[in-house]
Amino acid sequence: MSSQEQKSSQKLAKEPTTETTAMRAVETNLDIRAQESVGKTQGQIVRKRFRQNTGAVVSLIILLLIFLLSITSIGVGPIPGWWRYNYNDMHPIINGAAPNAQHWFGQDATGRDLFAMTMRGIQNTFLVVVLITGIAGFLGVLFGGLAGYYRGWVEAVIMRFTDMIIIIPLMLLTAVLGKLAGSYFTGVWNTVMFGVVVGLLFWSSLARLVRAEFLTLREREFVDAARLAGASDMRIIFKHILPNAIGVVTVSISLMMSSAILTETGLSYLGFGIKAPDWSLGSLISANQSAFATRPWLFWFPGLFILAISLAINFVGDGLRDAFDPRQKKFNPKKAKERTAHSAENGLGIDGSQQASVQVSPWQEQDKSQPASKSSS
Amino acid sequence: MLMYSVRRLITAVFILLGASFLVYNLVAIAGNPLEELLVSNSPNKEQLIAQRVEALNLDVPAPVRYFMWLGGVLGCFAGQCDFGQNLAGTPVTQLLANAIYQTLTLVLASTILSILIGVSLGIVSALRQYSALDYTVTFASFLFFSLPSFWIAVLLKEFLAIGFNDFLRNPVVTIPTTLLISLVAGIFWYSASFGKQRTRYLMGLVGFLLTAGMIVFVSATQWFLTPFLGIPFMLPLGLGAAVLFTYLVAGLRNRRALGTGLGMVLVGLIAYFPLQGLLAQATLLMVVIILAVFMALGWVLGLLAGGYDRGQGARVGLLTGLAMALLIIADRFMQAWPEYISNSRIKGRPIPTANASTPNLQGDFWVLGIDTMTHILLPTIALTLISLASYSRFSRASMLEIMNQDYIRTARAKGVSERAVVMKHAFRNALIPLATIIAMDIGGIIGGAAITERIFAFKGMGTLFLDSLAHTDPNPVMGVFLVTGLMALIFNLVADLLYSALDPRVRVKA
Repeated sequence: MSSQEQKSSQKLAKEPTTETTAMRAVETNLDIRAQESVGKTQGQIVRKRFRQNTGAVVSLIILLLIFLLSITSIGVGPIPGWWRYNYNDMHPIINGAAPNAQHWFGQDATGRDLFAMTMRGIQNTFLVVVLITGIAGFLGVLFGGLAGYYRGWVEAVIMRFTDMIIIIPLMLLTAVLGKLAGSYFTGVWNTVMFGVVVGLLFWSSLARLVRAEFLTLREREFVDAARLAGASDMRIIFKHILPNAIGVVTVSISLMMSSAILTETGLSYLGFGIKAPDWSLGSLISANQSAFATRPWLFWFPGLFILAISLAINFVGDGLRDAFDPRQKKFNPKKAKERTAHSAENGLGIDGSQQASVQVSPWQEQDKSQPASKSSS
Repeated sequence: MLMYSVRRLITAVFILLGASFLVYNLVAIAGNPLEELLVSNSPNKEQLIAQRVEALNLDVPAPVRYFMWLGGVLGCFAGQCDFGQNLAGTPVTQLLANAIYQTLTLVLASTILSILIGVSLGIVSALRQYSALDYTVTFASFLFFSLPSFWIAVLLKEFLAIGFNDFLRNPVVTIPTTLLISLVAGIFWYSASFGKQRTRYLMGLVGFLLTAGMIVFVSATQWFLTPFLGIPFMLPLGLGAAVLFTYLVAGLRNRRALGTGLGMVLVGLIAYFPLQGLLAQATLLMVVIILAVFMALGWVLGLLAGGYDRGQGARVGLLTGLAMALLIIADRFMQAWPEYISNSRIKGRPIPTANASTPNLQGDFWVLGIDTMTHILLPTIALTLISLASYSRFSRASMLEIMNQDYIRTARAKGVSERAVVMKHAFRNALIPLATIIAMDIGGIIGGAAITERIFAFKGMGTLFLDSLAHTDPNPVMGVFLVTGLMALIFNLVADLLYSALDPRVRVKA
């Protein structure tokens, strides 16, 4: 948020204007925001709000722990980890291959250690997801930004290209390309190429969001000011507009991550993604699902890890959305509870200060105009 | 509006041309259709290869071959579609027809269910924002949203299907299980109800007792082996539906609307006996006609009842009529249930874990209908759980935004009842953004659910695509792509038009 706005909001808050409840709500809302944001950058405000969201913080920690576990246990590349087995050596089957002190997650039919395989799967999943979101995030911001900023024929060409990518069902096209990648690359390069290829197709929805955001931001005064001051187009796009659109981008990238996980594991399950002898959490399940009746652990552990990772990322994404969304003022469940208990009868609270008011949230005002901007295509 | 649609459609054609050219060449790069023949040892290998090259025009380079394929597809406008044929020589149009049918049976029920359940959960949790119910629904949405479909599908197979089939051998529910389920139901009703604390406790208690009573009844009468509804069940269920719909649509103070609903219950009960003979030789068409007749009857009854707002009464009548018709049909399905279970092909284990139907099953409409339903039960649950989440999240967000609008406050300030505020002012407007999402999702239906289809061995669009891809069979891949791409583009346009039709603030530029 630009500093001019903060100043104006502080000024507004000092001068009471009318006595209507609606206006009071506006004032108090601005007041809260002014207090909260005094002397802080947007990043600091967002980080503070994010830290107040217990669920999101816990999810982030769980995510980091899972990542560290997968990295340290079996090591990365030539660097060994603390786990004594690796993911493709076969060992004599102990205790009917069921989980035990030697093999925490048990063994598969050929005696491979499931813990090591699962950890390898988590590593691969993380690698692919980072590649997908990195590439798709970059492309989505680039294409969306260019289309939204330049409009005209640039927008027309980019958005028709986006439409083309969107109408091809993701699952189908990634399957074709994943198959291509699999037949030309081997080992870890197969995994990398898989991530790159999916990433090249994953950006379309982000591009649409970024474009809509740029369409509204480019009409704002600070962009005119920058242009008058002689800033180049690139500078305006990357230094002036993009930082203001960072909320939308961050949130949708975090949500993109969770769908990337499900896409990766789904494609690997179908045999188009990561293939044996390397493992993905999806291919582990597909390799072992027929053994459910005899060796259910082969099925449970990889699935639970997919669920945990995906769930944690969703909560982090939700936390980010709340942190970036200016409507989610001071989220305090206790206060909120009191408010709803009393608003169940009366509708909204009488005292405007307790409401998460919508009246003055510049971002949201623009969001509503998004559907209208669809018409320009 | 017309100009806009025409322009969008023309662009869509060009997008489709470009995308199909891309995909065609990708498929050609992805694999050689001759590969399986080149490695085979059959004595007439040369001849087979020549045959296949001839059939698929493989001697022409892929970019040029695309235009030959396109020529066949464009023949659709001249009355004869030619999507080419697969490796075995079956025309792709025929393959597509079968696949679309199977996909629709698989996906339709789950789409409708997930929209209905998801939207109502989202609305309720928005109205009870930050309550325990809201948190539970939110958490469950995230959980379902994060479920890998292949994982939940296998779990459903192993636990639900096999568990229920085993349960049917001795269908008695133990007392602790009864208490546990009823307790959960009671808590749900407590947290979903609103108003004074006493009312909420009462609702919870009623929910608990009702559930417990139902389980005891089901257990004692072995209801799962010989299910029935009959008049004793249809009367309270119908009355409940009439009151519920009147409450939601018109408010219980609208006596004429309530009367219409109750009248439709009476009509349904009277029609129950004469309809039995007719239903004995039912077809799908007849069932649809019966549903339509009941709805029309309710509508007319509501209009005849007249009063201050005839439209409300008509809607109540229509919905209650639909509910009564569905009850009658459900009752008829239940009558066929014992026959289905004891069928020699079913052998008392009615919930299958794969395929779209029991092979060689003989029976009338009702038995075959049950067969389809039991087969789509598990995939429907899996798909519903997964797609439920996005609808409930979305409708919750949309409803919350609406409930904070000024016109909602205005409505309350005027003294409009809470029911009317929620149902008339808020709910309808919250549906606008949902409509576009739903339109787009319906466009995506036909693409099928590749993973779910594979797990449950449905031969739908997803399976057709994956199998053809695995056998490097270009024409079916292109066929599936063309159908899904076309549907997606059309429903994209429908979504945009719908938005501007529902929300006058949004205008499309001609």
